[in-house]
Amino acid sequence: MKFGVVVFPGSNCDYDTFYVLRDVLEQEAFFLWHKDHDLKRIDCVILPGGFSYGDYLRSGAIAKFSPLMKEVIEFASKGGLILGICNGFQILTELGLLPGAMLRNKNLKFLCQFVTLRVENDKTPFTHKGKRGNVLRIPIAHYEGNYFAPPEIIQELETNNQVVFRYSDAQGRVNEEANVNGSLRNIAGITNKQGNVMGMMPHPERASEALLGSQDGRLIFQSIMESI
Amino acid sequence: MIDRKILEEHNLTLEEYEKIVQLIGREPNITELGIFSLMWSEHCSYKSSKVHLKALPSAGKNVIQGPGENAGIIDIGEGLAVVFKIESHNHPSFIEPFQGAATGVGGILRDIFTMGARPIALLDSLRFGPLSNSRNKAIMEGVVSGISSYGNSVGVPTVGGDVYINECYSLNPLVNVFCLGIVEKEKIFYARAEGEGNPVLYVGAKTGRDGIHGATMASAEFGEDLEEKRPNVQVGDPFKEKLLVEACLEVMAKKLIVGIQDMGAAGLTCSSSEMAAKSGTGIEIDLDLVPQREEGMTPYEIMLSESQERMLIVAKKEKVKEVQQIFAKWDLDAVHIGQVTKGGKLRVKANGQTVVDLPVEAIIGLCPVYERELKRPSYLESAHKLEPIPLPNDYSEALRKLLSSATLASKEWVYRQYDYMVQTNTSLLPGADASVLRIKGKKKALAITLDGNSLYSYLEPREGGKIAVAEACRNLACVGAKPAGVTNCLNFGNPEKPEIMWQFKEVVQGIAEACRAFNIPITGGNVSFYNETEGEPIYPTPVIGVVGILEDVSRTVSRGFKQEGDSIIVIGENKEDLGASEYLKSVLNKEKGFPPQIDLEEEKRIQEFCLEAISLGLIRSAHDVSEGGLAFCVAECCFSNEQKFGCQLELKDELRTDALLFGETQSRIVISTQRESLQKLLDLAKKKKVKAVIIGHTGGKNLVIRHLQKEVVNIPLEEAYQLWKEMLPEVFKIQ
Repeated sequence: MKFGVVVFPGSNCDYDTFYVLRDVLEQEAFFLWHKDHDLKRIDCVILPGGFSYGDYLRSGAIAKFSPLMKEVIEFASKGGLILGICNGFQILTELGLLPGAMLRNKNLKFLCQFVTLRVENDKTPFTHKGKRGNVLRIPIAHYEGNYFAPPEIIQELETNNQVVFRYSDAQGRVNEEANVNGSLRNIAGITNKQGNVMGMMPHPERASEALLGSQDGRLIFQSIMESI
Repeated sequence: MIDRKILEEHNLTLEEYEKIVQLIGREPNITELGIFSLMWSEHCSYKSSKVHLKALPSAGKNVIQGPGENAGIIDIGEGLAVVFKIESHNHPSFIEPFQGAATGVGGILRDIFTMGARPIALLDSLRFGPLSNSRNKAIMEGVVSGISSYGNSVGVPTVGGDVYINECYSLNPLVNVFCLGIVEKEKIFYARAEGEGNPVLYVGAKTGRDGIHGATMASAEFGEDLEEKRPNVQVGDPFKEKLLVEACLEVMAKKLIVGIQDMGAAGLTCSSSEMAAKSGTGIEIDLDLVPQREEGMTPYEIMLSESQERMLIVAKKEKVKEVQQIFAKWDLDAVHIGQVTKGGKLRVKANGQTVVDLPVEAIIGLCPVYERELKRPSYLESAHKLEPIPLPNDYSEALRKLLSSATLASKEWVYRQYDYMVQTNTSLLPGADASVLRIKGKKKALAITLDGNSLYSYLEPREGGKIAVAEACRNLACVGAKPAGVTNCLNFGNPEKPEIMWQFKEVVQGIAEACRAFNIPITGGNVSFYNETEGEPIYPTPVIGVVGILEDVSRTVSRGFKQEGDSIIVIGENKEDLGASEYLKSVLNKEKGFPPQIDLEEEKRIQEFCLEAISLGLIRSAHDVSEGGLAFCVAECCFSNEQKFGCQLELKDELRTDALLFGETQSRIVISTQRESLQKLLDLAKKKKVKAVIIGHTGGKNLVIRHLQKEVVNIPLEEAYQLWKEMLPEVFKIQ
């Protein structure tokens, strides 16, 4: 399995993701410079976390103009696997590859903490190693992660089973208290209609080693590894 | 013409001006005067502190770089070194909390990556006035968001630090920022301008009028003209900084440059003259070539600007193009603005004219050094007199007050605004005795902590200095790390006042004594004087940062109890030490008495015992007893683990109950251990000649303490936890 991690000038989880793929999971992994035009025949594109262009305007708003994004859109249209983590999720919504947008967290502060997520759909290439109802412990770290979309889009996401993760308590109960950032319907991660593009606010690369407090994030990478 | 008024505006005395004239053999022009005012400011020259700082031990087998460079460097073995330093950004953070704190982070990051190291951790030591005052609250909120906004964006985790609340910081907050980077030993870089004819490159952000006189501002007290000083604070751009980090590390790794220095305090002036001074060379620059953000800037303004995210590079002559290509890749300009010259002069041209022509030695090396008058402060006598303290009626209630006091309450509200996990090295998260960072691919890890109780230093400066070092080292011992190097940030009032200078001298002596006892070097730091607003100085506030090494990261110990039925043990001796305690301050509203005294030899034994017990796997949790005393320490142990545990304690010391529960006797650690290890642990304590007393066990849903067979504290754990956890969120709740 060949992974490509896109590097924008302000990416800062690029190396963390690369490290998990190459050193922890022993996969082939490459960095893809945002100014390039070549996806180097990879099997899965990862848009990592960070502040792609400083995100002074709106997270991910400028990243969508990076040259490589044209290839990324084409890759998606051909059914290639794309995972956007945190800022990567924000960029995917700006690119139009995923619906909706991110508002500021409901408490208007940056939030860094472990959260628990309930797996809502285990039929995606990103989650098939898990089971619906599994609870994963994975950290978040963002200021704008409060998922928003108009009611008809939310309805569509629900009808098509596109919601992959929801913020829940440790027992898997999805409630207002578990909804750390105020996302509609506790949404923490979604796919596109075809199921080959996923965005999620939590950072699975920060939860892939026992030393760091959780290995639940591996489920996502391992699902991708076994999806082809 | 230079007159008295101009000198005053530049914070220079008449004697200093006369010395300048004598050194350069003529009257300086206004730009040159501006340069002297910056480089001879207290902030840049350490002219009042130098004579005392000599007392600090800076040598050691593992020291690669001691004081005098951008940051200190310690060898950590396996070909690696750590580069670290702490610096204050107090004055700007008062005037404009968000940008002041943000640019404090930016500045210290540049000090670290300038030496070729990738920054891997930030910590902050923050001091604010009482949060019942809306101004103090706004300052704290602004400072925390500023740190969060800058550090998070640049992608360096903010992994720890401390926060104290005291009236003395009302209108004079302290923001001390620590950064640590890691570098392969042979890839360390220095600020040098070597090789005559080598090109001088300007990289990073354009120069604007922001921050002019920042260093001078940090060298004076604040009066009523606060609002006018707002334009002196710079504005940070963490995205640009991130680009600079990557581009600079790349040109350094490819060995394309000779030297590099950041333009921090005193901007272009400081970076150019310091690099030349360190190499015995000169520098010539043309200001017309300096990228400018505003039109019509004068040479004076360009030389004195403190615009952020700028660096000065001396490149290898034949590598300029390659350097410029790398910067272009990161969308940055690298502009050739001058060259290294012979003869030790700083020459600056503008519009074809020479506007500055000064010997760098005069700017850097020949600044006057003051041995200022010292006087033991008169407040000490009355402050030491502690009137009889009545015993409280209800100890549970006293503990509740401590749990929800601003200094002791959980700081989660602060640190969860920081990205403390980026770079995926943080193996012990904030809210611990020390932060632990693994080193990818290695067994060993780094531990870092900041510490400094100013109430101790106010009441007994020398003891305060000693305790700050001892407690920081104890924090490291509690996670299983051995101290390797120290950096310090010394925050004081106006050094021209003999009482302040006396406090300074005493604190430095105390720090020196403790460092010698622990045999650890101080590799650098920062002095911040003039922390006074309208004549009121802060308490003397030494902040000590200690970096330690854990030989085996998998043996890291944290402070939370881990299992029901584990034995709880106090290492060290309980004594009657109520003076200067958080209990007196928060519960009885007294900041008085003598702080606890410390026996450094005993302290060393305790720490060595703790380290050995951890390496043998005999300890499940360890937490040092500090502010709040034994009862508060145990409470934190109860709810620091994800799964919380109550406890039952039975104390038998013949001491006043209040002193036993809340006194702050030094050299104590509360540990917990499983039954099987108990005997081994007690044997080890005997062997190491430390006192170890079993005081109870974990279990139940309450925090219960009995003293001489009488129940004195009984609080449901969940209630204690909520008081402690919700204090800050409650204060900052969006109305």
